[in-house]
Amino acid sequence: MTLRSWGQLPGDPAVDERWWAERTATLPQLDGSLLAYGNGRSYGDVCLNGGATLLHTRGMDRFIAFDEASGVLSCEAGVLLSDILDVFVPRGWFLPVTPGTRFVTVGGAIANDVHGKNHHGAGTFGCHVRRFELLRSDGSRCLCSPGENADWFAATIGGLGLTGLITWVEMDLKRIAGVGVAVENFRFNGLDEFFSLNATAEASHDYTVAWIDCLAATPRGIFVAGDHVAASDLALPPRKPGNLPLTLPADWPFSLVNGVSLRAFNQAYYHRPLPAKAVVHYEPFFYPLDAVAHWNRLYGRKGFYQYQFVLPMAARELLGDILRCIATSGQGSFLAVLKTFGHLPSPGLLSFPMPGVTLALDFPNRGAPTLALFERLDAMVGAARGRLYAAKDARMSGEFFQRSTPRLSEFMPYIDPKFSSGFARRVLPC
Amino acid sequence: MQRILIVGATSAIAEATARLWAARGDALFLVGRRADRLEVIAADLRVRGAAAVGSFVMDACDIPAHRAMLDAAELAIGGLDVALIAHGSLPDQKACEASVDLTLREIENNGLSVIALATRLGEKFEAQGRGSLAVISSVAGDRGRQSNYVYGAAKGMVSLFLQGLRNRLVRKGVHVLTIKPGFVDTPMTKAFSKSALWAKPASIARGIVRAIDRKSDEVYLPGFWYLIMALIRHIPERVFKRLSL
Repeated sequence: MTLRSWGQLPGDPAVDERWWAERTATLPQLDGSLLAYGNGRSYGDVCLNGGATLLHTRGMDRFIAFDEASGVLSCEAGVLLSDILDVFVPRGWFLPVTPGTRFVTVGGAIANDVHGKNHHGAGTFGCHVRRFELLRSDGSRCLCSPGENADWFAATIGGLGLTGLITWVEMDLKRIAGVGVAVENFRFNGLDEFFSLNATAEASHDYTVAWIDCLAATPRGIFVAGDHVAASDLALPPRKPGNLPLTLPADWPFSLVNGVSLRAFNQAYYHRPLPAKAVVHYEPFFYPLDAVAHWNRLYGRKGFYQYQFVLPMAARELLGDILRCIATSGQGSFLAVLKTFGHLPSPGLLSFPMPGVTLALDFPNRGAPTLALFERLDAMVGAARGRLYAAKDARMSGEFFQRSTPRLSEFMPYIDPKFSSGFARRVLPC
Repeated sequence: MQRILIVGATSAIAEATARLWAARGDALFLVGRRADRLEVIAADLRVRGAAAVGSFVMDACDIPAHRAMLDAAELAIGGLDVALIAHGSLPDQKACEASVDLTLREIENNGLSVIALATRLGEKFEAQGRGSLAVISSVAGDRGRQSNYVYGAAKGMVSLFLQGLRNRLVRKGVHVLTIKPGFVDTPMTKAFSKSALWAKPASIARGIVRAIDRKSDEVYLPGFWYLIMALIRHIPERVFKRLSL
């Protein structure tokens, strides 16, 4: 079976896959290019290298040291965020920033400079990275931190794996009171209501996010705010470690996501009984989709696209136009996720977040009509000086990427001559 | 807290097993050929919660070194409650057919060195009147097959030896466990294309920890291999010899 990314879109396979388990080993000498492949959770081709070599890094998954006093953890780059949670949550520590799945490697989290529901207060994942080692194809090992090789540090965070191989990382964990999250839910109708709820909630809550029904005539949805709390009596239903409760079969032939199922789902999701306040376990709060292994297979053999953009706050009025465009198209997604980014600067030259509002949507791959919708959306996002998230992208044009990535020319000299990816070949200037 | 010796500690199955023990707060003593790999794994296990981690560089085929290794283990973690013997190599069957030396080396590494270690550990556990000796054998040791019989012969020898040892030591309070994994996706088997029969080291590791806790005698991992091997063992030889398994 050909290795695919999370979007399951068909594409050129890598011709050579190698397994990498020792952080002190030297990189293979190759004629073609190589790219680190962690856990394959990015959606498009930033983690793929069609026709060339992929270096599987999941075997490089050892912890190196942990300081109980300061919460500083060092570990190899193939460690999964879920490994960190399994070991450290029972001791009262949590990830300073986590994306919506815990099944990504630390190296991948840095390479995509991922963000989470606490961006307004905590910034991106890269904001909590103290230093790391970068192994280059010339055999050199570069220790990168804000104080040492700061230029390489900035290029590699959010650098999409193109600057070399991250072998180990030193990062901060944060103290939590326990496994619980105190959640407050609000239904909202219209974007103004979202922005006003959001402004209040961001001031007093660690985590905020909203789900919106992108098919409704006026955008409506559910706004969620959360904070870590003790709740030591809170337990998940018992399950065998490593085995997820639900899994979808491989090679499901067709997409279960269509206009009918979407409307039905979104209706039911919006109207489901919702407590105004509750205390829940952190897993369903942060990782609702992780409960279904391979949920991406819902979309069938043709796979799906995720489209995630950010608009600068000044252009937030355009969000309504974009949502209308999607609703009119009849294509759209179950879980459209809406979140505002705060003002903490991202440390990476190519980091996606900027102060503004971001929306992430899934679209089943219906070929030309889907791609045509994206073109229309690109035009609106581009006009607003917004940008698209590379970790989710499988189709943006080189021209769009170059125009919307202000520090790209600063980044280019740091690309390792032997590293490449499907994404890089698609969007970078030659 | 248990005090656990692991020989072949850099193997994927052993490392996955050690992680489970570390999470429980056990004390571990790691034995392997490469000092740098042992140190990396030891650091990982300390972070995961191991009460103590010691290590010792040894080639299991260096039989005279076994005694010093066992002394060092007892000194480092204060005694032994459990020993897991996990080292091994997957021979190139075709190359073995053309080389007596290679065949004997593989038998030595996968069979004789294990028996030497099991003998010494059996003696130690018998003297202290308790202890669990767990050894990774293989389903390949249940029947000789043209594709893999050098490895199979060594593992079959180990399985038979452990049966006898178990029979002798059961009255002395010593537990002997024979572990028979099927296909496991590890660096040792990276050349094979993987089907649904292949298991991950982490799932084998959970089976090993459980079997030691329950003081099982023999365990197939994953469990469905018990049925497969029961079937394979019962095929009459005049039929079996014509199969290409």
